Amino acid sequence: MIRWLLLTLLLAAGMAQAAIEVQDFDDPSLAQRYQELTSRLRCPKCQNESIGASNSPIAADMRAHVAQQLKRGASDAEIEGAMVDRFGDYVLYDPRLESRTWLLWGLPFALIAVGGGVIAVFVRRRRRGRTAELDDEERRRLAALVSRHADPDASNRKPS
Amino acid sequence: MKRRLLLLIPLLLFAVLAVFLYRGLSKDPAARDSALLAKAFPAFDLSTLADPDRRLDRSLLQGQVTLVNVWGEWCPTCKQEMPQLLELAERGVRLVGVDYKDTRENGRQFLDEFGNPFEVSLFDPEGSLGFDLGVYGAPESFLVDAEGIIRYHHTGYITPQDVEQVILPRVERWQ
Repeated sequence: MIRWLLLTLLLAAGMAQAAIEVQDFDDPSLAQRYQELTSRLRCPKCQNESIGASNSPIAADMRAHVAQQLKRGASDAEIEGAMVDRFGDYVLYDPRLESRTWLLWGLPFALIAVGGGVIAVFVRRRRRGRTAELDDEERRRLAALVSRHADPDASNRKPS
Repeated sequence: MKRRLLLLIPLLLFAVLAVFLYRGLSKDPAARDSALLAKAFPAFDLSTLADPDRRLDRSLLQGQVTLVNVWGEWCPTCKQEMPQLLELAERGVRLVGVDYKDTRENGRQFLDEFGNPFEVSLFDPEGSLGFDLGVYGAPESFLVDAEGIIRYHHTGYITPQDVEQVILPRVERWQ
């Protein structure tokens, strides 16, 4: 029984691997770049799979194209550019930095800078030991709250 | 009072974010503009489906507005699309087919069975033209103007409503 089970598992493993073909490269650095490129390019047919992970026919075509271009000596940028020319920016997981995308790339850094500025202001204020004065309205509210809680009946009431 | 207004800033930020996210909900995540708009139709050298010895290149698309339709016998939606393509042909639109990743036999059989709206069908068994066109599934259609520039890319099948509302107005516009 266990032997059969193991055999089934072994066969299933073979099938799972067969879905994505193996590309042979003589040069291990090309194989490395192939792995990186196919994980960085997004399959246009599937919503969120790299071409390296997808079984769709178009992903297989794109992998073949990547392998062929690598063997021809194309640079990574050339290969990515050729894919973008055909399938659009959609195929890049990381959008390229250009005038159209500076907001996209820059916004996180801008927000970190703003947040850092706000924290710095708070810290400096606290260090100086200065607390903000209450304005008239706040003083009135404070007085109202204090007097309400001073009344024992009121403090047992559920807040409304 | 001024401090009170400052408290509204997070709410405002949240509102802006909510508007963007809400818009995202009703957008089709698969829809996107073709990368080939306003670019020349890619070069090709392919035989026709009917005649393996007759080779054509992109000069085929010069001089007339053409709707290039990428189809295949293996593609079920292409069958549903054929009546619309036949109607477009009948209404004077010039159609060129690309039989994509198909066998000659199956492609010919398909046209026999469902009708042939195409002036000519190119035979692209390897999908090389399809690849250069950025086709990631059939059917897809490309409207090419008289100078051979791609003006519109329709992904997915042309519905009966699309004939009147989408395709014909664009054909007229680029005429």
